[in-house]
Amino acid sequence: MISTSLVMFVAFVAVTLGITWWASRKSKGSTSYFAAGRRITGWQNGIAVAGDYMSAASFLGIAGLIAFTGYDGFMYSVGFLVAYLTVLFVVAEPLRNTGKYTMADVLAYRMKAKPVRAMAALSTLTVSTFYMIAQMVGAGTLVALLLKGSGISFQVAVIGVGILMIIYVVFGGMLATTWVQIVKAILLIAGTILLSLLVMAHFGFSLSNFFDAITQVHYHDKTGAEVVQNFLTPGLKYKPPYGPWDLISLGLALVLGTAGLPHILVRFYTVPDAKTARVSVVWAMVLIGGFYILTTFLGFGAATIVGKDFITANGGINMSAPLLAQALGGDLFFAFISAVAFATILAVVAGLTISASTSFAHDFWTNVIHHGKVREAGEEVKVARVTAFVVGGIAITIAILLGPTANVAFLVGLAFAVAASANLPVILFSLFWKRFTTRGAVCGLASGLFSSIALIAVSPSFMGVDAETVVGPARHFIQHAPLFPLDNPGILSIPLGFLGAILGTLSGREKTAEDKFTELTVRANTGLGAEKPTEH
Amino acid sequence: MANKDSVNWPQIEKSPAYQALVRKKIMFIVPVCIFFILYYFALPVLVGFFPEVMNQPVWGKVNGAYLFALSQFFVAWILAGVYVWKAGQFDIEAAKVLDTQHGKGGRS
Repeated sequence: MISTSLVMFVAFVAVTLGITWWASRKSKGSTSYFAAGRRITGWQNGIAVAGDYMSAASFLGIAGLIAFTGYDGFMYSVGFLVAYLTVLFVVAEPLRNTGKYTMADVLAYRMKAKPVRAMAALSTLTVSTFYMIAQMVGAGTLVALLLKGSGISFQVAVIGVGILMIIYVVFGGMLATTWVQIVKAILLIAGTILLSLLVMAHFGFSLSNFFDAITQVHYHDKTGAEVVQNFLTPGLKYKPPYGPWDLISLGLALVLGTAGLPHILVRFYTVPDAKTARVSVVWAMVLIGGFYILTTFLGFGAATIVGKDFITANGGINMSAPLLAQALGGDLFFAFISAVAFATILAVVAGLTISASTSFAHDFWTNVIHHGKVREAGEEVKVARVTAFVVGGIAITIAILLGPTANVAFLVGLAFAVAASANLPVILFSLFWKRFTTRGAVCGLASGLFSSIALIAVSPSFMGVDAETVVGPARHFIQHAPLFPLDNPGILSIPLGFLGAILGTLSGREKTAEDKFTELTVRANTGLGAEKPTEH
Repeated sequence: MANKDSVNWPQIEKSPAYQALVRKKIMFIVPVCIFFILYYFALPVLVGFFPEVMNQPVWGKVNGAYLFALSQFFVAWILAGVYVWKAGQFDIEAAKVLDTQHGKGGRS
């Protein structure tokens, strides 16, 4: 079983390195490196967006959440899809029509470039790095667990994933990243469909048998007593008094945060025009929606067929989907699903790395330090490659320092909260509020970014009083009752992000920004003057 | 394509065709956004504050909470489909706006 898993891991790595080699030969110039020459087609970009978005947190995390807490886990699935309506209606097309490589292109269009870009780069790097560390710790734990006995430790797994993602981004740029994401998305969807079919076969292809089983899930609670629970019941995870508010806060962060995730936004620069960007969102919605509906079978299947007790004893909540695969399809299928999970992590971290290094090279190096002038051809790409090394190195180091048992789930929540609270308000105001100013943009980015971080730091993820028996990384960082009762800060940090942007704007006028509003909106609405794809 | 430095942006913005396009876009996107936000947040509000009601079986043993969550997927897909259909019309109108401004040099 271990050797089969290892063979499949190696096969995936070989395919992706082949893609990287092919992409590095095709890649010439900045547009090619940062935006794949803007020549990715609608369906290709749609699949790549899905591949960029569906992280291990979705595949392993949500399957596990549903397996352990039933219905409440499925709430995540809903939010992850509905969020794309914000991307489709409000962000994708104007972004493609007015920007070049990064989210900050749109923000800086009418504003004073330096402060806005510096702040936007900080926000992008924060979101990407937090998200990446969460993925790396997950990858290390997963690989070490899946290849248990093969001698691959957590550290080796983290370093391996880190080196691979650096290779993809440094040598293959956006083109290689795109195709790694496409291959991964197809593998993930295929694996999910197969697993769902096996779950249905287990229940004789009868939905009523399946749902009957979900309404009476057996497991043992902490005291060892047997429990029979209806897993369709809401509120098993999010309990009163704060549970409902946490759900609303989570929903806000998902619906507004997705449209502010830098690694998703940069994907819309890889297509030829706004219309293709729109088509690609629809392709992504079909795949992402299909996948998240199927988490019903993955999660509830694991709850009913494998059971919470067995999963807890065999690697814990994140192993729900792989253990389900093993129970239904044997060791070979377990190996396949494990390889899919591995591919999932690699594609997402590659996407995060390229968006972080693009933002540093384009926003910070070229536009802040060198006043918007590209001094020599290829310098921006060179800086991005070095940044990929640095960002990768930092993520590897922090992931190893945190170790395999660190609770990093809150980092994903933090990434969405920052994206929703810092990035989205300023994107919206830049596009739709004529009076919006540089100070407003900087204040909005700063208040959203810092309020999200501060609220997470005083939330139950960080603060709590543990019993003396709880030791090691499972203990809360701060041994004090939480000052903020919700895990998800969105409900407070998002209004603070908007408020910062509004107050900053109202504190003064900026005529140049108002004058350029006409140009920005005409471009956003008509596509006139939008960046062109490169020639063959 | 027109050089973007030579484009008279205010002239395009003031043209009746452009104004009509923007008005149609707003008339479509604003109500649709309000609808999807209300529909989506109805889920955590109902499930969070009225769990007993939402836990009533509706179809066999499947409760209202799950069916409402499932309906969100289909509503999102339908809204996306309607948007693509409308956006196709906006594309045609945007091309007309540019054509009248730039003659044959306008972008399609």
